[in-house]
Amino acid sequence: MTRIIRLSLLLIFLLPIMSVAQQTKVFTGAKIIPISGEPIDNGVLVTKGDKIVAVGTEAEVDIPSNAKTFDVTGKVIMPGLVDSHSHIGNGDGGDRSAALHPDTRIIDSIDPHSETFKKALAGGVTTVNVLPGSGHLMSGQTAYLKLRNADKIEEMLFVDDSQKEVAGGLKMANGTNSIGDPPFPGTRAKSASMVRELFIKAQDYKDKIEQADGDPEKMPTRDVGMDALVEVLNGERIVHYHTHRHYDILTAIRLAEEFGFRIVLHHVSEAWKVADEIAEAEVPASIIVLDAPGGKPEATDIKYKNGAVLEKAGVTVGYHTDASITDTRLFLRSGAFGVRAGMSREAALEALTIENAKMMDLQDRVGTLEAGKDADFVVLSGDPLSVYTKVEQTWVEGIKRFDYSNPKDRKYSTGGYNVFRGSAHNHHGDK
Amino acid sequence: MKKRITLFVFVLLIGLSTATQAQVAVQADTLYTMEGDKIVNGVVLIDNDKIEAVGSASEIKIPTDYETHQASVVTPGLVDAHSVVGLAGIYNRDDDQDQLETSDPIQPELRAIDAYNAREQLVKFVLDKGVTTTHTGHGPGALASGQTMIAKTPYNTVEDALVDSATTVAFTLGSTVGRNFDSPGTSAKGIAMLRQKFIDAQEYLEKRQAEDPDKRPNKNLKMEALADVLNGKLTAMITAQRSNDIMSALRLQEEFGFDMILDGAAEAYLLLDEIKKAGVPVIIHPTMVRTYGDTQNASFTTASKLAEAGIPFAFQSGFESYVPKTRIVLYEAAIATSYGLNREQALYALTKAPAEILGISDRVGSLKEGKDADLVLFDGDPLEYTTHISSVIVDGNVVKEKD
Repeated sequence: MTRIIRLSLLLIFLLPIMSVAQQTKVFTGAKIIPISGEPIDNGVLVTKGDKIVAVGTEAEVDIPSNAKTFDVTGKVIMPGLVDSHSHIGNGDGGDRSAALHPDTRIIDSIDPHSETFKKALAGGVTTVNVLPGSGHLMSGQTAYLKLRNADKIEEMLFVDDSQKEVAGGLKMANGTNSIGDPPFPGTRAKSASMVRELFIKAQDYKDKIEQADGDPEKMPTRDVGMDALVEVLNGERIVHYHTHRHYDILTAIRLAEEFGFRIVLHHVSEAWKVADEIAEAEVPASIIVLDAPGGKPEATDIKYKNGAVLEKAGVTVGYHTDASITDTRLFLRSGAFGVRAGMSREAALEALTIENAKMMDLQDRVGTLEAGKDADFVVLSGDPLSVYTKVEQTWVEGIKRFDYSNPKDRKYSTGGYNVFRGSAHNHHGDK
Repeated sequence: MKKRITLFVFVLLIGLSTATQAQVAVQADTLYTMEGDKIVNGVVLIDNDKIEAVGSASEIKIPTDYETHQASVVTPGLVDAHSVVGLAGIYNRDDDQDQLETSDPIQPELRAIDAYNAREQLVKFVLDKGVTTTHTGHGPGALASGQTMIAKTPYNTVEDALVDSATTVAFTLGSTVGRNFDSPGTSAKGIAMLRQKFIDAQEYLEKRQAEDPDKRPNKNLKMEALADVLNGKLTAMITAQRSNDIMSALRLQEEFGFDMILDGAAEAYLLLDEIKKAGVPVIIHPTMVRTYGDTQNASFTTASKLAEAGIPFAFQSGFESYVPKTRIVLYEAAIATSYGLNREQALYALTKAPAEILGISDRVGSLKEGKDADLVLFDGDPLEYTTHISSVIVDGNVVKEKD
C-alpha cells in the first residue's frame, strides 16, 4: 500500500517535469538561419519536446495556442554548432604500447561532468566528434556526442546501445604525428605498410565471419579490434584521418581506396595544394583555422584560404576546433576566418553545422533547422560571423543548456577564477 | 649610429631610384592617430621614413607628386608588447628554438640580439598582420631567461631591425619554471634564489664603484645585467600569472626598487588595487591563452577590467609551445573588445600603450609629425574577423600590398 502511495507521489512530482519536457516552445522575432534554406527575417521556430516542429515566416507557421513563447526579437537563431574534431571531455585513447589501437574506445574514458562540455556549450556547440589520441597510426574509436546534461556517457551518445550500435568513428593519423621509436613506425612508408597489414588481417577476419554464415563452430576467435575494423570495412564506421601534408593527404586517400573504407580528412593543412585531388576522390575535409602557422613542421604551410579553395573545388568542407588547439567558445570565429579568406558566407555557416554532421552520418538528426530534426539551436546577439556577436543561449533537444544572462553560465564564456580546472590541457603534449 | 647610416643610404638609394616613393600620402575614412580623437577623413603625409603631417583632409592638401594610398581605416603600426618571434621559429624543432636556455635558471646576461633571426617566417607573418614593431627576445620559463630587444619587423638583419638592443630582462615566477629546471622546484625557492642574486648584484654594484681599482671585482656579465636592472638601465619584465606569483613579483619590486613591467597577469582581476598601487604597467596575456597550468584562471574580461581600473596595459602575442607557434596581437585585442573593452582602448593597447610601456613612444605607437612612418591600412573595422589588412607601411616603405 505504502508502495502505491509512494509511486503516486512520485508520479505527481514527475508529471510536471514530463510535461515540460514535452512542452511546445515558440521562438519569435529572430532572424532564423536554418542552413537548409535562405535566412528568414522575423522567423518563427517551434519545438516540441526534443524535436523541431516547424520553421518559417510568421505567415507560414501556425503558432499552437498552448505553447510557451519566447520573444527573441533582434536576435539570430541558427542550428547548434557541430564540431567534427574535438578533444573535450577529458577522455583518452590508445596508450604507447602499440601504434594501432582499433580496440580502444574513447567512451570508456570520458567524464560527462567535465567543464569542457560547458565551455563548448558556451560557444554554441551541441554535437561533437570526440577523438582519442593523438600520436598513433590508429588512436582508437571516436564518440559522436550530444551535449545533453548527463551523469554517464551513455546519455550523451546518439545511439541507444553502444554495445550493439556504432557510436562513433575510428581515429587514424599519418605523417610525423604517428612516427616514433618502436613499436611506432619510423617512416611514412612503414606507417602505410603497418596500416595495410592490419587491414588485410581485418579483411581475412571479415571473410571468415561471412563464410561461417552464422555457424559458431566456424567463427574466428573474437577480437574486439577486428570487430571495429569490420565495421570500418562495411562502411558503418567512418575513419577520421589526421593528415597535414599534401602527399600524406594523398596517402590517406590511397589507403581508403585500396580497402574501400570511408574517410574524412582531418586538419588537412595543405589541402589547398591538392584540393582537386580531394574533390575527385569525393572525400570530405574537416579543417582547422590556426591564427598563425607552425608549432610543428607539418603545420607550417596552413593557410586561411583552405576553406575557400576546398569550397571552390567542390569538396564537402567543415571546420573543427581540435579543442583545445582552438577555443570551443570561439568556434564561430573559424567560419568567419574562412569568409575573410574568400569562402562564401553560406559555405562557412554550413561548415560549422550540416557539413560536419554529414561527416558523422548525423545529417538527418542535426546540422539544420528543419521539422523533425533535433531541437538543437543557438540564439545569437547578431551576425554569426562578427567578433561582436555573443552566443546568448544554447539549446539542446529543447532544453536550454547555456544562458549568457545567467552568471552561473556566463562564467563558462568569460573564464575566470576556478571556472576551468586546467582540463584544457594540450593533449598533443608540450614540447 | 652605424644603423642610422645604413638606413640613410638605403633611403637615399630608394629616393634616387624612384623619387615618388620617398613621399607618400595616406588618406583614411577613419584615422586613428592615438593622439586625441579619431579623425574622419584623415590624411597622413610621409616624407621618407618620417611622418610629415597628420590631420583632416580639409586641413591637409595632398601634394600632387605624392604616391597616395587610400583605406577605410588607418592606425599606427601595431606594437606587439611581448613576443618571442625571431628567437622562437616556426618549426618548433630544437634548432629553431632559442627563447629558453635551460643550463641555468638565472641568466640575465643572455642578449636577444645574439639570437634574433630577422628573416624568421613568423616575424614576417606578424608583420603581415600589422605588427611593425615587436618587443621580442628571451621567453618565459626561467627565473631570468635573458634580455629582450625591440625590432622593426620588415628588415633582414638584426642591425637594420633594431629599435632598442636591450629593453628588459625577462623574469618568470610560477610553476612553469619548475618544469624546466631541477631547482627551483618550488615557487618559494625561486624567489629565494632571485633575492640572493639581486643582493649579490647590489653588493657587486657597490664594490664596482670602489675608488681603488684593485678593490673592484672582476667584471661579471650576469652581475652587470642585474646591476643594470637595479640601475634602471634595463626594466624587469616579470611574467607572473597566478595571484600569489603576482604578489611575489610586486614584493620583489618593492624590495629592490627596480622598474618593472608585470607580464601575463592572468589573475590580475583579483589584484586590481594592488597592481594600481604599485604603479606597474601590465602586458596582459593573450586573451585567448589556453586555460591550463598557470593560466587556468584566465578570463576574456581581464583587459577591460584593467582599463576600467585605469591601469596602463598593452596586448602581447606571448609565447606558444605548440600550435599555433605565435599569436596575433590584433586578434587578441579583438576578443577582449567583444568582452567589454571599447574599440579605442583596444587600439590604444596595440599601439601607443605598448610604445609608452616600452619607452619608445618618441618613435612609434602614434601618428604625429616627426615620428616613424609606420601605418596599417584596413578595409574595415580593424578588430572585425572579416576585415583585411590592405597595406602595411614601415619607415615610409610599403612592405605589404594586399592581404
